[in-house]
Amino acid sequence: MGKVMALTGNEAVAEAMRQINPDVVAAYPITPQTELMHKFAEYHADGLVNTELVLVESEHSALSAVVGASAAGARAMTATSANGLALMWEIVYITASLRLPVVMAVVNRALSGPINIHCDHSDAMGCRDSGWLQLYSENSQEAYDNTIMAVRIAEHPDVLLPVMVTLDGFILSHTMERIDVLEDHEVRDFVGEYKPRRALLDVEHPFTVGPLDLTDYYFEHKRQQMEGMAHAEAVVEAVSREFGERFGRHYDTVEEYQLEDAEVAIVAMGSTAGTSKEVVDELRQAGEKVGLLKIRMFRPFPYDRIRNALRGKKAVAVLDRAVAFGSYGGPVYTDVRATFYGVSDAPVLVNYIYGLGGRDITPAHIRTAFDQLKSIARTGRVETLVGFLGLRD
Amino acid sequence: MSKKMTEIRWHGRGGQGAKTAALLLAEAAIDVGKYAQAFPEYGPERTGAPVRAFTRIADAPIRLHSPIENPDTVVVLDPTLLDVVDVTEGLPSGGVVIINTSASKQEMAAKLRQQDQLRLYVIDATKLALETIGRPIPNTVMLGALVGATEVLPFDVLVEDLRDKFSKKFSPSIAEMNVEAVKRAYEEVKKA
Repeated sequence: MGKVMALTGNEAVAEAMRQINPDVVAAYPITPQTELMHKFAEYHADGLVNTELVLVESEHSALSAVVGASAAGARAMTATSANGLALMWEIVYITASLRLPVVMAVVNRALSGPINIHCDHSDAMGCRDSGWLQLYSENSQEAYDNTIMAVRIAEHPDVLLPVMVTLDGFILSHTMERIDVLEDHEVRDFVGEYKPRRALLDVEHPFTVGPLDLTDYYFEHKRQQMEGMAHAEAVVEAVSREFGERFGRHYDTVEEYQLEDAEVAIVAMGSTAGTSKEVVDELRQAGEKVGLLKIRMFRPFPYDRIRNALRGKKAVAVLDRAVAFGSYGGPVYTDVRATFYGVSDAPVLVNYIYGLGGRDITPAHIRTAFDQLKSIARTGRVETLVGFLGLRD
Repeated sequence: MSKKMTEIRWHGRGGQGAKTAALLLAEAAIDVGKYAQAFPEYGPERTGAPVRAFTRIADAPIRLHSPIENPDTVVVLDPTLLDVVDVTEGLPSGGVVIINTSASKQEMAAKLRQQDQLRLYVIDATKLALETIGRPIPNTVMLGALVGATEVLPFDVLVEDLRDKFSKKFSPSIAEMNVEAVKRAYEEVKKA
């Protein structure tokens, strides 16, 4: 079953897209996503996909073309990073509001300014309230697998919402790793043929897309959108379970790593979850009760799973690779805190902002965070609720 | 950190193929069933500027996604880098340094900032590349020297992998030139 390949994160996602063989892809290049679309365009030029590849003049147009294609009944995909995603902003909300099951890879990069091409999560975090699902990838294998699963999740009749699959820029996108690639027919069988419930090209059954929707029904449509989002968690669980049963790689909305008997824990997303696992193992070998909660699905936010996984711990540090300016800590932190409002056995929750603009995050930084947590657990004293890892003085 | 993993740092100048060498080694490791990571350090690259690239090789999945701070082995594609960067930075005692140079081991040893307990190899990879490949590109030669010095992979695995990749990417004759280059480098380091 499948084959082992040496691929960068960008190549792994392009490979998944080749196997999915979407009807339409529209994209505009931006570092660090460029190599991903470069590779997919190569597949297109070599005749390996049947995709209509639309090369547009901006990201705003890229997502607009994808929206048009999706409304017409096509399975449509795109990919971008940072300022490209920011330029899509208007259409990002429209994609979700029109309930279009688009899948987009976001190769995480810091938003300008000043200009920075390296990884942080500020781009995707800007879209956290837009109505897209968000799956974060720990490594390139997961980015490949998430891309395939995202198609099924987005198109599920209970969901019908777009999905962002994120992978850390450079740290994953430009790093070669060992990837277990599925057979083409396995991917085709898993994603299945796309049969849209409504399609503009189905002229026998005309319908209206994106009309004026004023004080009469806009509110009700937003409520429907909330319901689609509320259904998504169970669908992500079910599709991930099916993927695991078929292909032996198991995923969930969150991953509890050495967490059950842990006294202190870290919450992380993306590639830092992998680095954190190494540190957890090292500290466990020294007899320390530490653990990790990895959040794979950030939107919808799996409140119950996160509350149940962390309740009763003495102290927990949430790592944020983005700032929510003017907010009470980073975006992941505020959500985790909200899950514990009124909960009696809530842990002490602290926040670390880290890795902005690609600043390195090393095992030593993770150890520092665990040291702080152990001190809080011992003394009950919290020096700073919102701190930094790897910040220069 | 558990040290069942081998970590290699490549120093070169933009255009010498440090990134390509880091990736080729990882690909060869993955092709024989190992786990590997390879990544360059992204900065304002331009031809001639000092660049670094990294390779990790292990028998189990590699979960670390952080820079290599304490490499087991350092490969230097250009000896003039010794005047500019500390190529021994983070190397533990017993670490391996392999330098492409026409100078002697003693001359190079005197230039290293960290002197203690390093296993130093020198090889004139640029000359060897000119003799075998006909171009002054030292990176594949240094792959042969690296495998000779560290046995991080079985040598025949590297040879077969290069032969296969270069035949497909370029031509069988270019592949054979590169195979000849890595063989001579491997043997030279083995004799040292």
